Amino acid sequence: MKHTISVLLQNKPGVLSRVTGLFSGRGFNIESLSVAPTLETDVSCLTLVTVGDNNIVEQITKQLHKLIDIIKVTDISEFEFVEREMALIRVKAEPSTRAEILRICDIFRGKVVDVSAKSYALEVTGTCDKVQAMIDILRPIGIQEIVRTGTIAMTRANKKY
Amino acid sequence: MKITGAQALLKCLEEQKVETIFGFPGGAVIDLYDEILAQDKITHVLVRHEQAAVHAADAYARVTGDVGVALVTSGPGATNTVTGIASAYMDSIPIVVFTGQVPTGLIGNDAFQEVDIVGITRPCTKHNYLVKNINDLVPTIREAFYIARSGRPGPVLVDLPKDVMATRFVFPEPQQVKMRTYRPTYEPHPGQIEKACQAILKAKKPVIYAGGGVILSNASDDLTQLARTADIPVTMTLMGLGGFPGTDPLSMGMLGMHGTYYANMAVANCDLLIAVGSRFDDRVTGRVDAFAPHAKIIHIDIDPTSISKNVKVHIPIVADCKHALTAMNTWFARSEEFNAKTEKGNHAAWLREINDWRVAHPLGYVDTPDVIKPQFVVQKLHELTHGDAIITTEVGQNQMWAAQFYHFNHPRAFMTSGGLGVMGYGFPAAIGAQMAAPDRTVIDIAGDGSIQMNIQEMATAMQYKLPVKIAILNNGYLGMVRQWQELFYDKKYSATPLDVAPDFVALARAYGAVGLRATKPSEVEPVIKEALATKNLVVMDFVIAREEGVYPMVPAGKATTEMLLV
Repeated sequence: MKHTISVLLQNKPGVLSRVTGLFSGRGFNIESLSVAPTLETDVSCLTLVTVGDNNIVEQITKQLHKLIDIIKVTDISEFEFVEREMALIRVKAEPSTRAEILRICDIFRGKVVDVSAKSYALEVTGTCDKVQAMIDILRPIGIQEIVRTGTIAMTRANKKY
Repeated sequence: MKITGAQALLKCLEEQKVETIFGFPGGAVIDLYDEILAQDKITHVLVRHEQAAVHAADAYARVTGDVGVALVTSGPGATNTVTGIASAYMDSIPIVVFTGQVPTGLIGNDAFQEVDIVGITRPCTKHNYLVKNINDLVPTIREAFYIARSGRPGPVLVDLPKDVMATRFVFPEPQQVKMRTYRPTYEPHPGQIEKACQAILKAKKPVIYAGGGVILSNASDDLTQLARTADIPVTMTLMGLGGFPGTDPLSMGMLGMHGTYYANMAVANCDLLIAVGSRFDDRVTGRVDAFAPHAKIIHIDIDPTSISKNVKVHIPIVADCKHALTAMNTWFARSEEFNAKTEKGNHAAWLREINDWRVAHPLGYVDTPDVIKPQFVVQKLHELTHGDAIITTEVGQNQMWAAQFYHFNHPRAFMTSGGLGVMGYGFPAAIGAQMAAPDRTVIDIAGDGSIQMNIQEMATAMQYKLPVKIAILNNGYLGMVRQWQELFYDKKYSATPLDVAPDFVALARAYGAVGLRATKPSEVEPVIKEALATKNLVVMDFVIAREEGVYPMVPAGKATTEMLLV
């Protein structure tokens, strides 16, 4: 099963390598990983998506927590959460397909961010599944290049008033 | 007043109450060695290979219960420590290793004797540091010692660039280490203690399975109290030997691959397994699904990652072993239900069942009149040292025979590379142990193969007048691998015969040590007696039965009940 894990870590040299080394050394999977600073400049937030049964994910969170530079580990999948990923997709754009591409882009609430005589570059944001769906639909038209950010996620606020 | 980084390092060591360090100099640490010469509070032991410095620091830590320290130069000095560090990591031994590094301006330039040792040791240290700024030096060293000795102990490496060691600065005031990201849990959850004690109260066939954590947390007395109060038989892992008195009637000796028949049978048939400071290693469990299949499992460990890693645990207790066992002992002292029982926690029927297994298949070997059996040597060592020696081992058959036949009654008396299994650990460890306990008898039980992996340390022992005793169980083979080849590879002895070997007696003499040899069983006792009476490094070369095996043995991947017996 897919799990989204959010990790707060100290922004020091080598910390990311401790995390990735842990995954490769213990044979855990990383589907995607993204990391950037938080409000506190010396603390970064790392979101990673991994696949494994409950025992493996329990080990992953415990092992991550054991790393000295890591402040907090949350398996976000245990809560209600929102996730987003962004992708930039360059699609081959022939006169016959240009309108079709724009329609697809509209349906997915994407944006055109670059135009050339023979291609469009599109920006799309959404859940991992939505981004994948748009890619699948564009694929027959001819995708030239893709860059994805990997998933970032946040738990939903407590709804009790 | 300003001092240099090198002076500050020594001041930090003093602050941490370090008395002995093991090391080997080199270009990147010359400044440090210059300062070592200028002081007399810290003794530096010059080893002959950096790996030995780390093993010696490891054993020093195990004997004293404090942090062991090693100091080496950059590049090859640093890479030579990796085996020692990895071994300390697997065995949770608190050590701090200082490595020299090229000047900060040259880092990343592929400079002479430069290596990214922080990168190399990331997966085999508890934590490691590269100190790039002199102002970070002192807080980093304080943190390194704190991390090494607290929680689940382990090795910490601090990489010290040469220019940082030469920089002058003002030494900061002593300060308590406080870390936002690292707070080990020492106190057990009271609810879990309650659950565990209730489970013990109900159990008909309980077993305590004690590991190295008992020794690390100085919980032997508390464990002994619990076992005797609640009348629970105890088995120990290789790392746990000495954590409970080996000659106590409740002791079942070691469990696992080369454990006793009765310990493995007891675990396989118990209804409650109380794991204390142990980690369900594959050498202990054998086939996991057949390990303690009928048991409810309580697991006390300070490291949450150890819990339910290999075997599902029913009552986890994340805590220091000593704290948890103390809480359990208090519970039993206060429990009206327990104390109202006429026969307090009496498991007579269960202990009889275990004793039947013990009688059916005791730990033993077939004695021969003309050829020395290795087990006989270990038994004699035990007898003639009254079980009071500090024993170190190499790895292989020698290690298992030492574990089986030297019945350890006290903690911190058995040093072995349990997790990583390092051939070449025993002799440098004996040197570290002897430095820590100058008045104790220290014996390295070795094989003819593994002793050669750090045999250069004879010079170290001679230089510091350390009267370590080496007992080589010499069968002319890499015996443990040979045993596997005999049992599982049609006796094809690929690369295991050691046909060319030095004359160990002559070699000892070449170093100025004493060399003794026994070739017949009748010579064993006189040789050991002479060795024990000699105030010098002694090498005892016991020419033993060439193809003797270690039994019982659980073949890899089998259930622990499927033992090959003598």
